[in-house]
Amino acid sequence: MKKILECDKLTASYDGANVLTGLSFAINEGDYLCILGENGSGKSTLVKCLLGIKSPDSGKIVLSDGLKQTDIGYLPQHTSFANGFPATVAEVVISGCLGRRGFLPFYSSKEKKKAQNAMERLGIADLANRSCRELSGGQQQRMLLARAMCAAKKLLLLDEPVTGLDPSAAAEMYSLIDELNHKDKMTIIMVTHDVVKALDCSNRILCLCSSDHSFFGTPGEYANSHISSKFIGD
Amino acid sequence: MAENLKIMFTPEFFGAILLPALIGGIAVTICSSLLGVTLVLKRYSMIGDGLSHIGYGALSVAAVMNLAPLKVALPVVIIAAFILLRLSENSKLSGDSAIALFSTTALSIGILVSSKAGITNDVSHYMFGSILAMSKSDVILSVILSAVCIIAFLLLYNRIFSVTFDESFARATGVNAGIYNMIFAVLTAITVVLGMMMMGSLLISSLIVTPTLTAMRVCKSFRGVVLTAGAVSIASFLIGMFCSLIFNTAPGASIVIVNVIFFLCFTFIGEVSKRRRS
Repeated sequence: MKKILECDKLTASYDGANVLTGLSFAINEGDYLCILGENGSGKSTLVKCLLGIKSPDSGKIVLSDGLKQTDIGYLPQHTSFANGFPATVAEVVISGCLGRRGFLPFYSSKEKKKAQNAMERLGIADLANRSCRELSGGQQQRMLLARAMCAAKKLLLLDEPVTGLDPSAAAEMYSLIDELNHKDKMTIIMVTHDVVKALDCSNRILCLCSSDHSFFGTPGEYANSHISSKFIGD
Repeated sequence: MAENLKIMFTPEFFGAILLPALIGGIAVTICSSLLGVTLVLKRYSMIGDGLSHIGYGALSVAAVMNLAPLKVALPVVIIAAFILLRLSENSKLSGDSAIALFSTTALSIGILVSSKAGITNDVSHYMFGSILAMSKSDVILSVILSAVCIIAFLLLYNRIFSVTFDESFARATGVNAGIYNMIFAVLTAITVVLGMMMMGSLLISSLIVTPTLTAMRVCKSFRGVVLTAGAVSIASFLIGMFCSLIFNTAPGASIVIVNVIFFLCFTFIGEVSKRRRS
């Protein structure tokens, strides 16, 4: 197994307070990591560090294989786009390719193909020319996942991807993510509050319990540890 | 009315006054509608309005001190645009109240200074615009600056889309959103200053906001909104200009009213097509 991402003694603060202290973990190619933790436990700060939006106070994040932080496909938590925003699904999806554009102003046909493939993969190719404001919540999330796939080389970072979806749309979203992990060999990092689902689908769990205490291991180890009892009950 | 038409096409009037006004006007109109798309979608509509009042203050002070108006107003408004965009982002003081605070202060300073110095004529030009009084150098400057705006917008089109649509994702993919916001502030400031010389500081925000709102009634895509907003604003400008010449009305206000009529028509079309689909 090849290591794809390693976090080494990461310390980071938010609004002056340390939320992550000496956090270390590593994941391999093809892993499915779920990050658990209560609100304010530093999940969002960790996500920002992983994406390179925020630089840690100390420690480092090492990506292997020439992977850059901008090659991580990212699905943001609350999508900040306003509901009335006029943009077609195709326009939104291809904007995922922007990170690798460099200074060239327009998209190449290769990138258009990539966006098309991502839409077909997620079953939204027939919505390509629809306006994103006409989509249901589940369709919007799939559009944003397709955009993340355009940006991703091997690694997808999903920040609470099913928040606000109804149960059937959430299940669909989960099975799409599973498929990307199994068939396409995408490495997945998912921030979630859904402990049961996390234990069920992932092969690594990172639980941020307090600023200086965290758990990292397999779902089995997590279920047997005392930390999990707080989340899933006895 | 017929006489007005006759005068309009005499070579002296057309060549010396009308043609420069049309060229400068179209250039500024295109800029304001392009930038307006992002300003409206990022919910910064009032920034144009705020900046124009700040520009008014700066121009009044420049007029009183006998300085070249543009040389004073441009830097002041660019700095103000930085500050306002920054404030809207990390809002301890929320964006719209900051704009209100800044713009009313600048406006009051402008009025105080100019009334004290007894210059009201020049300054009222800036309040209501004076498109037919644009000097040759004004026209050249507005064409150059507009060209810069339009080229920048074209080259950065995809990035502007990404930053406008979802800034956190844009940052994650390595787009330096801060730089684009800064470029954007500069372009907006330039457009506002040029626009207020033409349309007046009272009407420039209409020029920025209305074409986008009009286009959003019927267009689904970002590209469609950009193109339609540009086309609508040029059409409104030309129709408004000619109506003002024929009926002897104020040009700035006429253009705004034509814009609003377009908005109402597009709203109607949008509603009808929505009903038809459902």
